[in-house]
Amino acid sequence: MDILRTLRETFLDLDAMGQALPELVRVGLPNTLILALCSAVVGTVAGMLLAVCGLSRSRWLRWPARIYTDIFRGLPAAVTILLIGVGLAPLGLLIWGPNPYPLGILALSLIASAYIGEIFRSGIQSVESGQLEAARALGFSHPSGMRLVVIPQGVRRVLPALVNQFIALIKESSLVYFLGLLATQRDLFRIGQDQAANTGNESALLLAGLFYLVITVPLTHVVNHIDSRLRTGRRRDGNDGAETADDDPALTITQEAH
Amino acid sequence: MSTKAPGILPAPSSPSRLTPSAVSVATRDIHLAFGRNRVLRGVDLDVKAGTAACIIGPSGSGKSTLLRAVNRLLEPDRGDVLIGGRSVMGDDPDALRQRVGMVFQHFNLFPHKSVLANITLGLRKLRALSREEADAAALTQLDRVGLRHKAHVRPGTLSGGQQQRVAIARALAMSPEVMLFDEVTSALDPELVKGVLATMADLAGEGMTMLVVTHEMGFARGVADTVHFMDGGQVVESGTPEQLFEAAASPRLQRFLSQVL
Repeated sequence: MDILRTLRETFLDLDAMGQALPELVRVGLPNTLILALCSAVVGTVAGMLLAVCGLSRSRWLRWPARIYTDIFRGLPAAVTILLIGVGLAPLGLLIWGPNPYPLGILALSLIASAYIGEIFRSGIQSVESGQLEAARALGFSHPSGMRLVVIPQGVRRVLPALVNQFIALIKESSLVYFLGLLATQRDLFRIGQDQAANTGNESALLLAGLFYLVITVPLTHVVNHIDSRLRTGRRRDGNDGAETADDDPALTITQEAH
Repeated sequence: MSTKAPGILPAPSSPSRLTPSAVSVATRDIHLAFGRNRVLRGVDLDVKAGTAACIIGPSGSGKSTLLRAVNRLLEPDRGDVLIGGRSVMGDDPDALRQRVGMVFQHFNLFPHKSVLANITLGLRKLRALSREEADAAALTQLDRVGLRHKAHVRPGTLSGGQQQRVAIARALAMSPEVMLFDEVTSALDPELVKGVLATMADLAGEGMTMLVVTHEMGFARGVADTVHFMDGGQVVESGTPEQLFEAAASPRLQRFLSQVL
């Protein structure tokens, strides 16, 4: 039973958790959300750009997109964050002052955009060629047809994969601690880890982990819900099942007319 | 396949019912190749204003490719397309396609948009109509195909025949001068074919210039003003339905008819 007690004291020390809780809520949670949200937005915009370039008919757009994707998908996140965050730090110091966040967000965005670009590309490519053909037959230009018809469908198809990427991003945002954070800049992980290092008790880190789950688990369920809504159409459309020729008044009318 | 499709009694398509906007379509020596595969090898076709032309022929004879050459979804390597007697090869292809409606074998409705939005997309974005104007125009076309009550559902909830009639309404909403139909009943269950063919017969009766690639010999015989038999990337024989179906001149057409009839 000693083992169980040791485990409980190491991981479930409520006092240690209570000590860490205010900072986790006031400092860690906002910082993690800022890092993840900003890089998600930048990564999504850049990812769409990469996907469109990757699908371009011009090799001068396709190849750079390909190379970019290979590099930032192939490097470990820690390497990219350190290379960007430390390597560009003198530049960052000039522009933003001693704040590691902009470069951290840049590094996270570079990584995220490489993955998100591939997600969008696969989604867009999965849309049947007849969709673009139909748009073009109506008189839409190739870019308009892509923008109005193909890309919206492609994005819908990959929403679950996109949210997986956002979840990965929320977790990877913890790596920004490499860049050295002031007390007020610490994210969830760093606060939990500091507390654990000071006390030799992992309870605060476990609590930080629970915070991550509180963000990521609902996200998965929200997207599943959105996904099923998009598949079936808006709720008021949902009740209309397929009809056969028998219960279609229009058919009988047209036939009788002749 | 029977030569007479029961239930399809076409409205008369006499020149007197010609709509004012009807124009003629012609191709002159169209050549088109995919790599080394020469699909069209000098196609000459004449479709008078306000008439329906059925294009028949075996698979791979270039029928669908010819339709796509007419609205330049596929650019011909050589040759000329004339609409209303004027070459369209120098026109902006997007502007050209706004004048030429097309309906596809697999409908190609936009599944993420409602039936109404499928039809209004072109009106709003290309014709710059207001939402109210576009909705009204779209509902008029849905009335024509008898599907106004389906305006707000997604295409995926409709039967194939209904989807194809929505696709026809979508094309007609752009007020095309010419309509192209590419095997539009080939993907339909047999009981749904009639409704689509009836809609097309209505349209022919109103004097729309139509190019119809079809395997429905009953439709070709009953509705078409002219029938054109394609084989090997060329129009081998053209004439009235009676001429082609009753008195086929070329052995290739005779063989084709003996297989499909």
